[in-house]
Amino acid sequence: MTKISARMRAGIIVAASVALIGFAALLPLLAIDIPGVFPGPSYTPGTLQVLAYAMLIAALALSYHLLFGLAGMLSFGHALFFAAGAYGLGVVLRNFAPEWLPPGGAFVAAILITIVFAIILSAFVGALSLRVTGISFAMVTLAFAQAGSVLVRRNPGKKTGGEEGLPLDVTRVPDALVGVLQTKNLYWLALAILVVVYLVTLWVEKSRAGHVVAAARENDLRVRVLGIRPYGVRLVIFAIAGVLAAIAGMGFLLLQSGVSPRVATPDFTLSLLVIVVLGGVGYRWGAVLGAIVYTLLDQRLTALAGSEAVASLPDILRIPLSQPLFILGTLFILVVLFLPGGIAGIPASVQAARRNQTVEEKELV
Amino acid sequence: MSTIVLLLITGLGLGALYFLVASGLSLIYGLMGVLNFAHGSFLTLGAFIGWEVARRLSDGTWWTLGASMIAGAIIGAAFAAATEFFLIRPLYLRHIEQVLVTVGLALASVALFEGIWGTDPIYVVNPEWLGLTTEILGARIPNSRFLLIGCAALVLLAIVLFLKHTRYGLIIRAGVENRSMVTALGIDVRRAFTLVFAIGGAAAGLGGVLASVYYGYVSAHIGGSLLIFAFIVTVIGGLGSLAGAAVASVLVAVLQQFANYYLWGTGDLAVVLALAAVLLIRPQGLMGKSVR
Repeated sequence: MTKISARMRAGIIVAASVALIGFAALLPLLAIDIPGVFPGPSYTPGTLQVLAYAMLIAALALSYHLLFGLAGMLSFGHALFFAAGAYGLGVVLRNFAPEWLPPGGAFVAAILITIVFAIILSAFVGALSLRVTGISFAMVTLAFAQAGSVLVRRNPGKKTGGEEGLPLDVTRVPDALVGVLQTKNLYWLALAILVVVYLVTLWVEKSRAGHVVAAARENDLRVRVLGIRPYGVRLVIFAIAGVLAAIAGMGFLLLQSGVSPRVATPDFTLSLLVIVVLGGVGYRWGAVLGAIVYTLLDQRLTALAGSEAVASLPDILRIPLSQPLFILGTLFILVVLFLPGGIAGIPASVQAARRNQTVEEKELV
Repeated sequence: MSTIVLLLITGLGLGALYFLVASGLSLIYGLMGVLNFAHGSFLTLGAFIGWEVARRLSDGTWWTLGASMIAGAIIGAAFAAATEFFLIRPLYLRHIEQVLVTVGLALASVALFEGIWGTDPIYVVNPEWLGLTTEILGARIPNSRFLLIGCAALVLLAIVLFLKHTRYGLIIRAGVENRSMVTALGIDVRRAFTLVFAIGGAAAGLGGVLASVYYGYVSAHIGGSLLIFAFIVTVIGGLGSLAGAAVASVLVAVLQQFANYYLWGTGDLAVVLALAAVLLIRPQGLMGKSVR
């Protein structure tokens, strides 16, 4: 009975996911307009841009979920790898132009070079910072991210564009991915990245390595007593999360046709932390949901802040409402204080409350 | 020679600023295990309130500066104590959540400061003497550095005297050493938590007014940029160690000044490398006890 229902449940989940992805893939061809949530009908480039951005942030949040949700490693430097992907691809596309490769081949080669760079960088940073744990680990990763941020701003060899950021060099990018009219292709690319990152995350979580880091998160000593050294497995997870973040970063470069030093700052990692906690720590789809809710809220609140209705309010209401980050930060504090499971944890906590209630009722009878 | 003296004394001045932030961070972490991301906001609020006070009084005299320093320290202490009471206390012993709450507070408060005081830096007017320089061994040192060093030394002295010679100081020192033992002896440590936050907030608020003297302006991001260096100082010095924070702030700031001058402006990178090196060789920091 339980076996069949478990299998049926899995089937339902797979079917629902496929339907959801199919619906998301069809969105550019439909004319769905949700006023207040989307900036316009779903086929317009503006809306697709926002949605694609939300999906890339969701992919990034998933990679952060691997670190924080699965392995319990509180990193303050995850933005480093996202920036490494975005800046890496941007710099390689600008400077790597072999004659013997066709333009499309050069694009693929640039992506592969960036991925290799991300693997080396994340393995190096991970190998060093995983020598300490807890708050010290958070600090070392923060320090590395800060070093990356300083490096990017300093514009070494005029390669990263400094404060202005690095625009995308489109000569070696396929035409299908360039320009406002092609936004729907970029949207599909972002969706593909999100699906791939989700599947990799799922695979890592279900793998033996995933079980070991989850066990080490709960009780490090016990895992050691069992004869497993968590360091190596943690390093693998750290590197995988770094590469996934770099892939999301490459999508970001193509979507925004450029990258600014903002994505390398510690603040960017903090917003990632906000997303994961908002969605629910430890839930895969919580990270996705949190990213989409956060991005749409940020976008809509920014639009609200610039609106006439807010400008005409008295100061005491106008000032807080005109700052999206104030509202998001306050929301975040409230979630941490009163909703420990985040958005994804709501069903579980409702269920638990109901179960407690029925138990109490039975006891009363 | 004069260059080295100049770099050393300006480094001490910057170190004084780091110390004012790092002392509170270190005490809070040592006693409660909370890494306080909102500490930069205490500093920023202190700086803004100090500026508001100075603006309302006659500008540019020593009395005004003194008044704004006191106002900054008081408002920093009040903000910090309120943070502890309303946000940290409900999450007692859940360290990750406590860190997250302070992250949220930092994001929200910086946005609010931007909304109230705008995003552009506001330039401050100081007593004339602070804008001049004094010659020591051939080096022309800006006078504001002496004010910073003096204030930080006074704060260090005051905190040490408080910790060594008062009952609450004793409780705090004992709590850093072994919190559960203090609780077991029937002492309410929670009051010490609020007190430590208030002391840290007061030092940060005072640091905010002094930072506006040092940089010559106030902005909503003044605290955030100092906070990262204060974190590095705290970790290098050893989390929970006040003496470690004092030594490390001077070391970090002097290293930064020297690297900026001799190694083509790479001060920030040198500090980050120093942090990585310290953590790898001595994970508990220069004067810290074993890591928890």
